[in-house]
Amino acid sequence: MHVINLAAENANPLIPHTAELIVGAIAFTLLFLVLRSKVVPMFEKAFTARTEAIQGGIERAEKAQLEAQRALAQYNEQLSKAREESQTMREEARAHGVAIVEELRAKAQEEAARITASAHASIEAERQQAITSLRNEVGTIAIELASKIVGEALDDQARQSRVVDRFLDDLEKSK
Amino acid sequence: MPLVHLLRSGEGFVPPSTNDFNLPPVIAGNEYTTKPILLVFLSVLMISVFFIMASRKAAIVPSKLQFAGESIYGFVRNDLARDNIGHDFMRFVPYLFTLFTFILTNNIFGIVPLLQFPAMSHVSFPYVLAIFTFITFHYIGIRKQGIRKYMKDIMFMPGVPKAAYILLTPLELATFFIVRPLTLSLRLFANMFAGHLLLLVFILGGDHLLKGVIGLKLISPFAFAFGIGLTFFEFMVQCLQAYIFTLLTALYIAGALADEH
Repeated sequence: MHVINLAAENANPLIPHTAELIVGAIAFTLLFLVLRSKVVPMFEKAFTARTEAIQGGIERAEKAQLEAQRALAQYNEQLSKAREESQTMREEARAHGVAIVEELRAKAQEEAARITASAHASIEAERQQAITSLRNEVGTIAIELASKIVGEALDDQARQSRVVDRFLDDLEKSK
Repeated sequence: MPLVHLLRSGEGFVPPSTNDFNLPPVIAGNEYTTKPILLVFLSVLMISVFFIMASRKAAIVPSKLQFAGESIYGFVRNDLARDNIGHDFMRFVPYLFTLFTFILTNNIFGIVPLLQFPAMSHVSFPYVLAIFTFITFHYIGIRKQGIRKYMKDIMFMPGVPKAAYILLTPLELATFFIVRPLTLSLRLFANMFAGHLLLLVFILGGDHLLKGVIGLKLISPFAFAFGIGLTFFEFMVQCLQAYIFTLLTALYIAGALADEH
């Protein structure tokens, strides 16, 4: 090796070799073409796909979150609406109940009044009837008694009636 | 020459020289079968296979392999291309990605056991890459702004007093057409060259010490240990240089795309 080294000229390292220049240019160009056509597009494809996957994921997540928020808002709204509705219904029912009770009470009072009134009327009628029948009966009995006592028939209507009235007046006075 | 020959065949230690970078071709007489050329082809094959395998499925949930490939690709795409070039960066991602992986792999070959040679320590390869970058950023600059405006912006920096152009115009021209490609390639070359030379010194030196007398044998492990330590350091430099080359290319492209320099 040393002998060969000595055989070679003491080369200036800054002088290029033609063969190496050619090989360097060809090798580099070859590598450039391979990397440009085969490697760079594939890596770019992977990068793009990854970016899209990440972006798509984020977008999907955002969409889902938005959807969830919307649903939540909707549920809340429905809930409050339902609560409001139930409140209204309860109030309505209460009012309704009060009204029913009021109505029933009024009806009952009316009924009671009606019953009372009819009872009064019937009592009055019966009393009238009793008075009339009593008066007739008492008249008859008195006349019979008087005619028996006096011994004469008081046929005259006017006299009879006068006698009865006088008798009754006396009866009332003596009471 | 005879003295050197005598020293090499004799007992004395011959420090590694630039000649150690010029190994004979694998097939005698065929200059296309030297180690760096084979390594460059190997790197192209390895990078292609690795990234094709890694990107083949392009799954949303990546496998370990895809994740590894994506990490490197994503680093170049986002941290180098997007952050520096801006909204039109996708056009340049394939080029920057190729640049980064190509340089990185060939640099790392410098510390891979059995391969152990950074192809970028042969200045031809950095030259080629610098020329590609040079053509790229000038081409897109001219296409974006037209050759007149592009050259005018380089030569007559806007917002500078007219008298300053005496100084600025030659400087700017030199920067854009000589300094940039030259520094780009030489920085990479010199780092790889010097790094490899350093490793050679300590490892060949350690090897030589081992053949010496007992006292030297005891020192030898330290030389090897230092060589191993330097290997880690070299790994850092190799990654850094790949990064710097790609970053500067991205910056030059961004500058050419910008309306004003």
